[in-house]
Amino acid sequence: MAIAEDRAAPPETRRPLAESPFAKGFQRMVSSPQGAIAFAVVALLVLGAVFAPLIAPYDPIAIAPRIRFEGPSWAHLLGTDQIGRDLFSRVLYGARVALKVSLFGTTAALSLGAMLGIIAGLGPRWIDSVLVIFCDSVRSLPMILFALAVVAIYGPSMNTLIGVIAFSMAPGYFRVVRNQVLVLRETDFVTAANAMGASRLRVALTHLVPNLIGPLIVLIAMDIPAVIGIESGLSFLGQGIQPPDASWGTMLSDGYSYIRKAPHIAVAAGLPVIVATVAFTFLGEALRDVFDPKSGKGR
Amino acid sequence: MLSFTLRQILLSICVLVSAITIIFCLIYLVPGDPATIALGPRASEAQKVAFRQEMGLDQSLLVQGWHFAGNVLRGDLGTDLLTRQPVLQLVMSALPHTAILALTGLGWAVILGIPLGCLSTIKPNGWLDRLIGLFSTSVIAMPAFLLAIYALIIFSVTLRWLPAMGAGDGGDLGDRLMHLILPALAVGLAWVGYIARLVRASLLETLQENHVRTYRAFGISNFRIALRFALPIAMIPVVAVIGVGLGNLLSGAVLVEVVFARPGLGSLAQDAVVQRNFPVLLGTVVVTTALYVIANFTTDMIAALIDPRIRKES
Repeated sequence: MAIAEDRAAPPETRRPLAESPFAKGFQRMVSSPQGAIAFAVVALLVLGAVFAPLIAPYDPIAIAPRIRFEGPSWAHLLGTDQIGRDLFSRVLYGARVALKVSLFGTTAALSLGAMLGIIAGLGPRWIDSVLVIFCDSVRSLPMILFALAVVAIYGPSMNTLIGVIAFSMAPGYFRVVRNQVLVLRETDFVTAANAMGASRLRVALTHLVPNLIGPLIVLIAMDIPAVIGIESGLSFLGQGIQPPDASWGTMLSDGYSYIRKAPHIAVAAGLPVIVATVAFTFLGEALRDVFDPKSGKGR
Repeated sequence: MLSFTLRQILLSICVLVSAITIIFCLIYLVPGDPATIALGPRASEAQKVAFRQEMGLDQSLLVQGWHFAGNVLRGDLGTDLLTRQPVLQLVMSALPHTAILALTGLGWAVILGIPLGCLSTIKPNGWLDRLIGLFSTSVIAMPAFLLAIYALIIFSVTLRWLPAMGAGDGGDLGDRLMHLILPALAVGLAWVGYIARLVRASLLETLQENHVRTYRAFGISNFRIALRFALPIAMIPVVAVIGVGLGNLLSGAVLVEVVFARPGLGSLAQDAVVQRNFPVLLGTVVVTTALYVIANFTTDMIAALIDPRIRKES
């Protein structure tokens, strides 16, 4: 009983904060320990990436041959690599690359997928069938091999990387948007809007888009680990971000070359990948609990 | 069942043709001169002309597309620019290595993932369920090649328990198995989490159903209900999802091969990129795409065979 009373009291005092749906959602998201930790870690990653030039103790591409292969110390938190570059500074700058590719890649995939999804959901049957088959065929391309082929033809660069990611991941957004639109199309409020003579564009913008935001935000958070994996994987193969620029993948490639002599390089380069992928996955789970409380128990 | 099968076959063919079209557009609609891109900026004019003739680049796009599709359907994926061997032969000799790695990875993931998923449902939201949930969610998004590098550092470099490089001596089965352990571990770990979560969600849903309640009313033990009656039904969505995830599995295996310097599609493609050997690179893409479509078709058919509802729905 005491617990129930405690729970009943706070809303009175907290009302101004809890009033906005955003604040409510945020409170729900960080209400579980996993969600709170994931949010904190992701926030730290983003801050570290944004303020990398201020935080990084050294220049990420400054070569210092005299301190090659040094293990972690107070001067070099994660040690130094094969040409004496500070690994901690490189990890921070690598976060910029990883988050930039994730942000632009998922945003482009989302825009492309959502647009096609709305067209498929609202348009005639045949367009829907064509788009579904097209997206199924994109999904059936082996992502890493396909990306390798694209990079080999267009040359390795961040833009190629973002382009491949956007193209390969768009079908995921397409499916979510299309299926949601097909369900929403049959709801009473859309029927009512149609009956009142609202144009298709108006129905799409005022009734469909707001209902799609939740599932799409969850999907983005879930896709970011995959994007980070692809970016670091391609950079590891030497086909993504090009040296001397710091990316977690190129650092892993350096570490792999010296895996017997100085395994700390690979360990240091792998840690941020693990932290980032795990944090974004848990954040995605927490966001799902917010936007789709029914699946909350699925965890 | 017959109309369902025909429908699935037709759909698979459409997907495959459309995927090959995408690959074709990728090569032939490149801005700039494909010959320069393929041979590099230092190639002589005569070399470029010869290359254009050999690849049929001097013909119209439609003719090229027709030839490309015809060749792919006949199993002719072109010849290796360096060794002049047929690409199909190269890809087919690399494929078994990758397939064994992917299947071993998936195999141990299934063997461990299903029991973990079942254990979670004994007491939903209990401490065991939470622990398994934390583990599953943590491993699910970890890139396989990164796990491979860490496994290499821990088990090969530091502890020296297992071999680091290659696929082992061809004739010696034990040696090959030893070489398979770490790569398979890296490829499968994410799938343990994935399968555990799928089985848990699916089993919990099945356990809510009426027929399960009836079994309970008849006094059948929970253990027996879960294993004998609920699990087979709960496995249906798991089978379907494994089909969809095979692409990821293959991508993971490709990178893990490079880490362990194992022969296979990954090493083949990586070498082809370095040597700018486009026919080989595109050959690996075409063959793996076809494999993925076939695997997907197979899992869809298995799911439909176990569950008549899927057949009726579509």
